Amino acid sequence: MNQNLSEKAKDWYLQNIDILSKRLNGSSKNLLSELREKSKKKFLELDFPNRKNEEWRFTDVTPILKHNFIPSILIDKTKFTPEEIKKYLFTGFDFYLITFVNGIFEEDLSELKNLPNGLIVGSLNKILKDKPELIHDNIDKFSSEQNIFNALNSIYAYDGFVIIADKNVVLDKPIQILFLNGNNENEVLVSPKNLIIANNNSQLSVIINYKGFGNKNYFMNSTVDVFIGESALIDYYKIQDENDDSFHIEKIDTVQNAKSIFTQFNISFGGSLVRNDINSKLAGEFTETHYYGLYLAQDNQHVSNYTFIDHAKPNCMSNELYKGILDDNSHGVFNGKIFVRPGAQKTNAYQQNKAILLSKNAKINTKPQLEIFADDVKCTHGAAVGHLDEEAEFYIRSRGVPQELAKSILIRAFAYDVIESMKIEELKEQINHIIFEKLHQVEFQNNLY
Amino acid sequence: MLIIKNLHANVEGKEILKGINLEVKAGEIHAIMGPNGSGKSTLANVLAGNKGYEVTEGEIWFEGKNLLELEPEERAREGVFLAFQYPIEIPGVSNATFLKTAINEKRKHIGLPELTPKEFLDLMKEKSKILGMDDSLISRSVNVGFSGGEKKRNEIFQLLMLNPKLAILDETDSGLDIDALKIVANGVNVFHNDENAVIVVTHYQRLLNYIVPDYVHVLSKGKIVKSGGKELALELEEKGYDWITSDELESQNA
Repeated sequence: MNQNLSEKAKDWYLQNIDILSKRLNGSSKNLLSELREKSKKKFLELDFPNRKNEEWRFTDVTPILKHNFIPSILIDKTKFTPEEIKKYLFTGFDFYLITFVNGIFEEDLSELKNLPNGLIVGSLNKILKDKPELIHDNIDKFSSEQNIFNALNSIYAYDGFVIIADKNVVLDKPIQILFLNGNNENEVLVSPKNLIIANNNSQLSVIINYKGFGNKNYFMNSTVDVFIGESALIDYYKIQDENDDSFHIEKIDTVQNAKSIFTQFNISFGGSLVRNDINSKLAGEFTETHYYGLYLAQDNQHVSNYTFIDHAKPNCMSNELYKGILDDNSHGVFNGKIFVRPGAQKTNAYQQNKAILLSKNAKINTKPQLEIFADDVKCTHGAAVGHLDEEAEFYIRSRGVPQELAKSILIRAFAYDVIESMKIEELKEQINHIIFEKLHQVEFQNNLY
Repeated sequence: MLIIKNLHANVEGKEILKGINLEVKAGEIHAIMGPNGSGKSTLANVLAGNKGYEVTEGEIWFEGKNLLELEPEERAREGVFLAFQYPIEIPGVSNATFLKTAINEKRKHIGLPELTPKEFLDLMKEKSKILGMDDSLISRSVNVGFSGGEKKRNEIFQLLMLNPKLAILDETDSGLDIDALKIVANGVNVFHNDENAVIVVTHYQRLLNYIVPDYVHVLSKGKIVKSGGKELALELEEKGYDWITSDELESQNA
């Protein structure tokens, strides 16, 4: 990538900061305006990464830099009715709903009545106005660090979801968070900054549902910071199924305190470039971390998953299973880092990455990175890349099942151990449905009648 | 029902079948025996249409149709069934769903409506009873976590459910204890009638005590070197394969 493109893109976003600052002139100083100033400095120091940068070797961001995305706060809102957003939701079960259109909270499209006592689900912007003290200590822990995209996120951060569970709060149903991104007039930059705080002994289940609309390209550049208290439990479902030509970059940082359990599903379906940086710091003893990933790409799509599990304390367990299905000319990247710090004895860390290539031109780069500085640990990793098993296909066809359906059965079988691990039964079949729809495969359903 | 003429087939470029001739009529049970590497499993796989095996010469006619022109699923719908030596595991797809899909594909092919849920359940109950199968095996994923014996039994369950015209059993006896062997053999005998046929591919005579063949063929180095009645299997059990394969070589050389 040439330096020019990075500079031009930086100029574009810097120029918009001034417009944004003027627009927000009336508002008093708050945590976000402080963060904006700080991140602007960081942004100026950094460059957009190129292929020489080890962490971005396989992810070419030039397609993103060629667009002049306009921060969504500067454009007219697209209006939706509650009826219109139904088709974007995962359904068949009870949930609380919070909706963001281009990263901005839509109260009319949310259903947050009757939240249990001690649970806050809401908009960052609103909470900053009403009760900034609630998030003061957590808002800037990670998200502006690391790379230029995160700095960009902080500069244009205006809204996002905030979930705070007081200690001992156990959620009665999942929270579905809908990010609906897109536009028919402008190319939009969506820049939510999101926060989950689960205090000691609380239990949460969140489904973060990324969808696209409209015919213009857009860039979803998001961060999520997750704080998990002692003995707290979070089930985290990220399901990303956006417009085919969209860009999606997200960094999710999690800190786990002692005896907490974090289970994350990272499901990627859409977008011309999807990049996930998923980091967990195990900051207390006896924690459990489960990472499940499933990514599906076709045409010229690119999906990168960079995961990092930091075993900072002894007696923690992490288990990671990522599966990729790559068709046409698509490109997948899995980079899984496990870091075991000195003194983090009795660590158990497992990692597995499997991919199937459905076409000759599909490509996967896979790189496990184990860095272990303790001597009493169990760490294993495995990677496998292959095609659909021909012997298995023959077996199914020999029972009279047509070839296309046989392939569908095998794809379903491949994705099975990730999908089956989900705890929300109704999600499973909806995820399977998206897989078949995307691959233009005949659907194979497992329900008998 | 089945006519095989001068069949030659390669696996990975190496000729394994070197001119097989065989005719199987409705109502018959044929046993194909032979030492390891003689081409028994190759023959079974070629009949079912496995693309890993390349037919280089010869013909296979099944009920008047040229089998070599048909895809594996088309052969299945015409009534060919292969019980696999190593059945495949399919995680996430239950035995019941798998069979319902297979049966309805076949019914669609012959212009019949799909089975109603009740018809399908009744059929499953009837057939699984014959094999003494536990209900849990039916709702579990196809062959996943099944023991060797359970997998073989499941193959015969599929055979009974799909009710083909020609059943080819590829080493179905391998890995079975005597009780399982009897159950599996009983399943095949329940299936067998005057209108269908069975080809039993096996290394050992043991299974043939329970599935009694009308004809026994000995395969050696890709050819049928001897055919006879069921006594031939007993003779093989007693004397091994050497006497036939060497006899045959001598007569060829003479």
